[in-house]
Amino acid sequence: MYDVIIIGAGPAGLSAAATTANQGLEVLVVDEYMKAGGRLLGQLYEEPDGTYWNGIKESNHLYERANQSGAEIKLGTSILNIEKSGDVWLVYTEKDTYETSHLLLATGAAESPSPVPGWTLPGVMSVGAAQVMTNVHRVKPGKRGVIIGVNPLAAVIASELQMAGVEVTALTLPQMNGLNEEAAHPKQVMNQLLHVAHMAPSALIRQGSKWMKPSIMQDLGITFYPKSGFKMWGIPVHLRKAVTEILGDEKVAAVKLATVKPNGDVIEGTEEIITCDFVCIAGGLYPLTELAAVAGCPFYLVDELGGYVPLHNERMETALDGLYVAGNITGIEGAKVAIAQGVTAGLTMASNHGVQGLKDRIEQSIEEIEQTRDNAPFHFHPDVKKGKQIVQEKWEEMMAAEQPL
Amino acid sequence: MSERITDHPVLDPIERKKEVSFLFNGKSYKGYEGEPIAAALLANNIRTLRYHEESGSPRGIYCNIGHCFECRVTVNEKQGLRACLTPLKEGMEIQSSGMLPTPVKEWRETHV
Repeated sequence: MYDVIIIGAGPAGLSAAATTANQGLEVLVVDEYMKAGGRLLGQLYEEPDGTYWNGIKESNHLYERANQSGAEIKLGTSILNIEKSGDVWLVYTEKDTYETSHLLLATGAAESPSPVPGWTLPGVMSVGAAQVMTNVHRVKPGKRGVIIGVNPLAAVIASELQMAGVEVTALTLPQMNGLNEEAAHPKQVMNQLLHVAHMAPSALIRQGSKWMKPSIMQDLGITFYPKSGFKMWGIPVHLRKAVTEILGDEKVAAVKLATVKPNGDVIEGTEEIITCDFVCIAGGLYPLTELAAVAGCPFYLVDELGGYVPLHNERMETALDGLYVAGNITGIEGAKVAIAQGVTAGLTMASNHGVQGLKDRIEQSIEEIEQTRDNAPFHFHPDVKKGKQIVQEKWEEMMAAEQPL
Repeated sequence: MSERITDHPVLDPIERKKEVSFLFNGKSYKGYEGEPIAAALLANNIRTLRYHEESGSPRGIYCNIGHCFECRVTVNEKQGLRACLTPLKEGMEIQSSGMLPTPVKEWRETHV
């Protein structure tokens, strides 16, 4: 019997582990990956101050801290089910079943699959897959790749691939279909990109993004958008071209690229063949919530947070007794926010377990999440704060409905 | 062609454990102990990890972190292991799965 079990050894889970173990609780962290760090492992980008955010170093640091605090960390272990029995949460793995009073779900995010004809060919992978292969395992995903999907995650990973000597020939839109309307619409994609343009290394793009803010300028911008794309880190970014098909027999050999109208419609006869040996699909991230669903948490769909999120309060408690959430399961944000959320979840669990005098620290940690969010160099979704507000409102509505009059 | 990245401009070199031999579909390859099977195979220029149970179309990694189950292989006779999550060990025997019979579908084709 543990005091606390944490599912997920990413930034949120590891920071929660160190926090609770430092309060004297007996803590077990479980993760199915062979290394600790979660999605943080693959991250590598330049901070506004010119230093690098190195996901491997940050992960090692968090792992060491959790380890030294006395938390037990089991890697390579998948959770098959969780269920409540009386006051105890049961956590099922292939070999053993663990018991705990407090269960934290820090499962992170998954990539939204965005189907493109030909996408089952070997050599087609999610953009995060290419990132992990390159940065974590140091195997090139291929020699020359095309990234389908133009969004902040795609742009950052494109630069990482290039840093490792992998050629990225283009970032381009998917052809519009019933599933991807926003991600295939040139103007909407450009609008999204403007929110991250200040990260771009080119002063021209940074400047351009300022006068592009008004909608009419965006219309003009997308109409006169150079057919050859603009370059970010030397990689052509196409907002007027879309991949209509991925080609190859037993594996990826090329993509078919067509010019599209400002509304996303393909212009017939403009198709060209671009050879490549791998293709990345960048469909964005969504909160990975299956275990919260299995447990029976109430959910709410919040587009600003990337999808369905289990309802929770500022202290990271869900509607179910003894079940907590932290990190990207509560909405898609950067690792620093996840670390801050892990601290709050850890303190809340310790407090609920009977550790006295944590009230002020919990309040302070909640403020720190907010500050970290405000200081983030960019947001995966520009309206993330609105999304957090929606969750808070829905939580309060739910609590009010449960109160006897 | 895929290759290993040995001199990254920013990241420190990773600690490679000892080199090990393993079998994939009966052929012998080399990789590093502890790295995921999927990474070891890609470094050997192998992308196809299985053939779809019904269509027989080739499949490789998709998400590379355990979510999608596209990379499942048989390891030492244990079926359905994710190649992206399973650490490589000396002497592992790894098999791709292939097409399975679809008797109901075939019966329908000639009878309905």
